[in-house]
Amino acid sequence: MNDISNLRATLSELDDLLVNCMRCGMCQSVCPVFQDSMLEGDVARGKLALIDGLAKRMIDSPVAVKERLDKCLLCGSCEANCPSGVKITDIFIKARTVLTAYIGLSPVKKAIFRGTLIHPRFFTGLLSMGAKFQWMATSKADPFLGTSCSKIMSPLIGNRHFLPLAKRPLHKDYSGVDTGKGTAGMRVAFYPGCVVDKMLPQVGHAVIKVLEHHGCGIYLPKNQGCCGIPALASGDEASFLKLLKHNLKPFSQGNYDVLVTPCATCTSTIKKLWPKMAAKISPEAEKKAQRIADRTMDISEFLVKTFDVDLSAHAVVGEKKTVTWHDPCHLKKSIGVSAEPRTILKGLPGYEYAEMNEADTCCGNGGSFNLLHYDTSSRIGAKKRENILATGADVVATGCPACMMQMTDMLSQGHDPVAVKHIIELYADAL
Amino acid sequence: MISGNLKKEFEILLGEKNVMSDEVSRMNYAYDAAVLDPVMPALVLRPESSEQLGDVLRLCGENGIPVTVRGAGTNLSGGTIPYKNGVVLLTNAMNKIIEINEADMYAIVQPGVVTANFAAAVAAKGLFYPPDPGSQKVSTLAGNVAENAGGLRGLKYGVTKDYLMGMDFFDAEGTLVKTGSKTVKCVTGFNVGGLMVASEGCLGVFNEITLKLIPPPKASKSMMAVYDSVADATESVAAIIAAKIVPCTLEFMDNFTIRAVEDYAKAGLPVDARALLLIEVDGHPGQVADEAAVVEEICKKHNASRIQVAKDDEEKNKVWEARRAALSALAKLKPTLVLEDATVPRSQIPEMVRGLDTVAAKFGLSIGTFGHAGDGNLHPTILCDRRDTKEWHKVEAAIEDIFDLALNLGGTLSGEHGIGIAKSGYMAREVGEGSMNYLHKIKNAVDPKGILNPGKVIGD
Repeated sequence: MNDISNLRATLSELDDLLVNCMRCGMCQSVCPVFQDSMLEGDVARGKLALIDGLAKRMIDSPVAVKERLDKCLLCGSCEANCPSGVKITDIFIKARTVLTAYIGLSPVKKAIFRGTLIHPRFFTGLLSMGAKFQWMATSKADPFLGTSCSKIMSPLIGNRHFLPLAKRPLHKDYSGVDTGKGTAGMRVAFYPGCVVDKMLPQVGHAVIKVLEHHGCGIYLPKNQGCCGIPALASGDEASFLKLLKHNLKPFSQGNYDVLVTPCATCTSTIKKLWPKMAAKISPEAEKKAQRIADRTMDISEFLVKTFDVDLSAHAVVGEKKTVTWHDPCHLKKSIGVSAEPRTILKGLPGYEYAEMNEADTCCGNGGSFNLLHYDTSSRIGAKKRENILATGADVVATGCPACMMQMTDMLSQGHDPVAVKHIIELYADAL
Repeated sequence: MISGNLKKEFEILLGEKNVMSDEVSRMNYAYDAAVLDPVMPALVLRPESSEQLGDVLRLCGENGIPVTVRGAGTNLSGGTIPYKNGVVLLTNAMNKIIEINEADMYAIVQPGVVTANFAAAVAAKGLFYPPDPGSQKVSTLAGNVAENAGGLRGLKYGVTKDYLMGMDFFDAEGTLVKTGSKTVKCVTGFNVGGLMVASEGCLGVFNEITLKLIPPPKASKSMMAVYDSVADATESVAAIIAAKIVPCTLEFMDNFTIRAVEDYAKAGLPVDARALLLIEVDGHPGQVADEAAVVEEICKKHNASRIQVAKDDEEKNKVWEARRAALSALAKLKPTLVLEDATVPRSQIPEMVRGLDTVAAKFGLSIGTFGHAGDGNLHPTILCDRRDTKEWHKVEAAIEDIFDLALNLGGTLSGEHGIGIAKSGYMAREVGEGSMNYLHKIKNAVDPKGILNPGKVIGD
């Protein structure tokens, strides 16, 4: 362990950001974790006070502070509603990094991030092995939602109803696609993200179908790495920077007009965190990351801003269904995309759109939050499930694979007949 | 000090999870929204029932442990900053609305119910609970009663005290005391409820509160009036009241605030205007139409350069968006924001605004002023950086000048934020030593060991 006074000195560098919190406490009204526990340590104000207290020698327990900091979905609800505009997510990520450097990364995370995630080729290979053998340890939980649950008691999986690894990941079908400009006169880089590649390849297929339909050229470089957010959220800056370096190379090339992802979290990470973090590598890296970030768009935003997406004149096959929309935190609160997906859904043939209550309230997944705090995550998710069911929708659409996993788990536990779809799947089906 | 045995007794009483003694939990309840230094409590206790609440107070009373009650911790005067080695008593696990009675138009609530949730539950039954403090989305009703919280609707609808019908509370020994009733009229015994309002946790700990509800207004109309001089704006306020019209909301914004809001929210505000009035009248549709017309006429007569009447809900929302953005807009300008609430009789508003300009110039500070012009409750907001010691001394001196300014104009130290620690030293200036002695006598009589939020309001 390092010297605690060094830790305090490094945390003090955050003082210019921390001082902006006026302790008004308004974050209590929007924090899903606080609303579950009603404990000050779970809300942004409380966490900021702990970082401040640690820096200013009021308290001496870095481990306990880190535990509180880790109990956060990083959903950004507090930041989006903060009267003082405190850069809460920046502070939390920096504090997690500093505290992790002091305390050390947990052995499990070390194995995942440093042993596999930062080596994309190995990571991909490992998971495709997993896909072949996962039937041995799991059984089908809900045939309608296509979920599985663990056959044996597993502390990591618990009672979750999870989406199994895809038999055939996306990169098996599309590896190193590089077409010209396309009839639309534009070239679109496609970053599927880990979950889409390995668990929901159908979402990736839908993206490609849609891009081809609209006449876009496609640039999909092979051996893409994870966007890095799981590592950075856990305070592992080194792994994040390795992944960033890995990704900068293919996406600085390719001469594309737009980079799209079907993952809200990837989009937000590329747009907001890549340039900021790349500055730590070199000024050139920062410039490259900024160039990428400026061209990065969520898939719905790209479609609505570029093409006519109204498909309501298309023939309706079968009975009319109802669809509702869940706003991923990293889409609405982080990058301000919320109107575009609704525009697409309202123009779908064969669907009535129904807005759910609290559509922009976090689903409770929060990446590794779900692993560390499954009980809290489930209670927050249960509220989302109630709001979905109250609309009477047949389908809940969203724009983030992590939200899809969480909503699938929640609905599957209740054996609810509601399909969970990525919005691009619905759009592709209607073409 | 709290012994290990006493801590165990609390744990048996409340369960281990509701007795928090670890360092980070104690740090988490060491502060509130006031710009004051945090103080770590010895323990944080969270009762889940009336019985537990009473027992906690009995134990604290027996052992002479200082108790600071905390709802959402949004206090702006340090009223919820704990006493050294004392306990923080959380009310947020007691957050049930016990009854909303439509026939008799009252509600009974537990202390930790969030104000906005309560107002929404009441509205769902077709009734109205008007007090709307700025922190209503998180503040608790017991906190509102303990501070006598106000809000934007104070002018017409009054403040929290006007809705308190009765309550029961635990005294410093854990005995339940009952006062008031569910009836409109009640003269049974001393009006202890009146004493408990704004008592800031110094006289008892609220258990169940009975609140008055009223029928909601059927219609409302909002408008924004723009002025080239502060005097014209404030004289409009006086003229509106003189015309026997009581708008439900009558808000003022000075040029500094207007510019900050426009920079931040791009709401299309006139940045050259010296002052803005945001006005809403409500009631029966016919009355609303008549009154809105008269208000418009008065504003014109007092040289309003522009009057914008909201035509629909969307426009109405826009008018109030600017006001709602005021605090955020100011908060973003500098790291530290000191929100004052010295209040004057509304006829003195022009003098008050002039005086505030003088204070700002004297100390070279940025002060944005906005607030409830209709009830004389302005919010001079000082923007600074509390880390700059030199500047902070100026801020403290400026605050003192603002207090004196308000008192000289026949006003008061605090309209709605409370005295807490921040203003207790100035109390005597307003009420005199004799009154302070009387308050101390009351405090000593009901809390001889001085365990109920010691140091607040009247000092140690």
